[in-house]
Amino acid sequence: MTSSLVLGLELAYWQQSILRSLGILLAVLLPAGTFVYLFLFKMVSFMQSRLGPMEAGPFGSMQLLAEVGKWIQKEDIIPEKADRLLFKIAPYLVVSTVLLTYIVVPFGPDMIFANHDTGIFFALAVSSISTLGVLAAGWASANKFSLMGGLRAAGQLIAYELPLILAVVGVVIQAGTMNMSGIVAAQANGEIFGFDGIGSPYFITQFLGFVIFMIAVQAELAQTPFDMPIAESELVTGYLTEYSGIRFLLFFIGEFAAVGAFGAIAATLFMGGWAVPAAWADLNNNIFNLLGPLILMAKMTLVGGFIFFIRFTMPRFREDQLQKLAWTVLIPLSLVNILATTILKVAF
Amino acid sequence: MAAITDRQRLAYANAQAADGRVNLEFETDEGMTLNMGPQHPATHGTLRIVVKLDGEQVLSCEPVMGYMHRGYEKLTEVRTYPQVTTLINRIDWLGSFANEVPFILAAERLMEIEAPPRAQWIRTALFELSRIANISLFVGDMALHIGAMTAAFYAFRDREFVLNQIEAATGGRFHPNFDRIGGLKDDLPKGWIADTKAAMERIRDFCDEMEILVEGNEIFEARTRGIGVIPAEVAMQFGLTGANLRASGVDWDLRRDEPVGLAWNEVDWNVITHPDGDSFARFWVRLQEIRESTRIVDQLLDGLPAGPYMAKVPRIIKVPEGEAWVATENPLGEMGYYVVSQGGLGPFRVKIRTASFNNVSVVPWVCRGVYVPDVITILASLYFILGDIDR
Repeated sequence: MTSSLVLGLELAYWQQSILRSLGILLAVLLPAGTFVYLFLFKMVSFMQSRLGPMEAGPFGSMQLLAEVGKWIQKEDIIPEKADRLLFKIAPYLVVSTVLLTYIVVPFGPDMIFANHDTGIFFALAVSSISTLGVLAAGWASANKFSLMGGLRAAGQLIAYELPLILAVVGVVIQAGTMNMSGIVAAQANGEIFGFDGIGSPYFITQFLGFVIFMIAVQAELAQTPFDMPIAESELVTGYLTEYSGIRFLLFFIGEFAAVGAFGAIAATLFMGGWAVPAAWADLNNNIFNLLGPLILMAKMTLVGGFIFFIRFTMPRFREDQLQKLAWTVLIPLSLVNILATTILKVAF
Repeated sequence: MAAITDRQRLAYANAQAADGRVNLEFETDEGMTLNMGPQHPATHGTLRIVVKLDGEQVLSCEPVMGYMHRGYEKLTEVRTYPQVTTLINRIDWLGSFANEVPFILAAERLMEIEAPPRAQWIRTALFELSRIANISLFVGDMALHIGAMTAAFYAFRDREFVLNQIEAATGGRFHPNFDRIGGLKDDLPKGWIADTKAAMERIRDFCDEMEILVEGNEIFEARTRGIGVIPAEVAMQFGLTGANLRASGVDWDLRRDEPVGLAWNEVDWNVITHPDGDSFARFWVRLQEIRESTRIVDQLLDGLPAGPYMAKVPRIIKVPEGEAWVATENPLGEMGYYVVSQGGLGPFRVKIRTASFNNVSVVPWVCRGVYVPDVITILASLYFILGDIDR
């Protein structure tokens, strides 16, 4: 394999591979850990008039490490009647899909693991696989609560994958590319009716699509008000009921890393990704390989905070109400959005 | 002894047969049987609900109780009257003081003692405080079961104001054991009235907050409106009492209809009813009842009569022979004690009528054809305390 220039360094392919593997682990675990501490521990505690963890580290910031240590120590129990193979691989399936999602997310002009031409298509397709892991977990647990949780997750996937993709179609039409770097560039260089001071962040020009996308993401991630697969007051913890120890931890990481992944996708598609508007700075500058990840992280954190804010404010829908919302409201609306985008694209 | 052993064996055989019937009924037919409980987050305690499902739809369900039976009726027989209150305030552990009152009133009726007015007024005030402590937790709990976790924390936070007042007056947060035959253990502490009024103000704020946060939420309405409708006649047939009955439109409140010597008739308040009979109505009625309770407490504390807090009672309490039934409108519904005395230091037999037992009995009727999440909504809205079912 030929060597190529990364950040001005000459690296062999194997060196690049190691860097990429480490980078993707960093990209997955760092936001996941940040989200857990910042939102699940602290923001929610303040919302619920309590303090959250305070003992481990300053303001409880090491609590997550303590939790991970606890889960690793716990016994990994597999139910007697469980389908052992499926039961064991299900959490890995969930986590690996999240890792794969990050592959196509650009963190800077050159900071991208793989610059697919159909990047967004790849990300959405891969992220759907995690539901297979959930379904497998629900089935393999040999537990009725788990099975119902898994089936609910499958139903939810089918219902909410459509508005998710259709909302993205609007963005793709407007940007004219499925390449995520291309979408970032289109937003940075774009203009809103001739005004190019802030580029064209699609959460303004594709507002309807953004709203639909965020609702569908909330459902895709199974966060309240769409958390029927877990539904802790109905199904105990749904498909997670029989999991313990390291496998539970993997599911947990998968859940929060997925919030990070969808936060990154939402930030890239609708908020300009790693870039700032082109009118502000020269985006081809090498400094953006360093600033880009930070900018993207800040935007991801905004999206993640919003997701968790909704999660801890709303009650839960019922399964049939969720399906009704998807099929009778979101999908028609997203179709209208595509139509409007197409007309405007042709007109201007 | 032999006779007792036979009786035990018979009871055991009966229990086995009942279990077998439930299992047979649910295992042989079509559909999936789901055991909700005895350990399930939504049953707050150890209630087991056997649900037969077709997909997500409930074909039939049956509550199985007795996992927390503590034998209180039997235990009262080997205790003296003052000792019994320690036990019975653990029946409905969220509204403990309210459990003591009907028993004490029954004993007083048998002894033909009347507590002085000040004691009656304080009793009523504490009764209402324990109602607020109980029902405000329900408000958060119902939201929690529907998936809104935050409201539950607010409920726990604001309930604390009431518990602090109960603790200040009685010395016990959960189990006051404050009521005595002939009056109360103590008078109110200094400054308690002003503090309690401030707490009532706080609780009214809590009600406003819950109305916006929970009741005004569209998802909450979608989850509760029209779910678990219990018509008035069905509610009466199953012997529902309390807010469950009033939410079905039946204007029935023992505080107004059967005053037992306490001070409810001395103050101005309303019985809240709702015509719908669904889960939303039950939530709404309870929330409004907290407001009414704060009004009652405020008025009681304004007009608190002076005088002794204890009537003259003999040092050793012996209740003359006789039988008495006293029921009051407890937080969960009608709670009554049928006390049979044979002139000894303790009761000969006590029958405890608790509200939750009857309230839960309607579950099989109301849960047919609903979805699994609705079972949780209905259970939460019927609001039972396991100790109150199993005793």
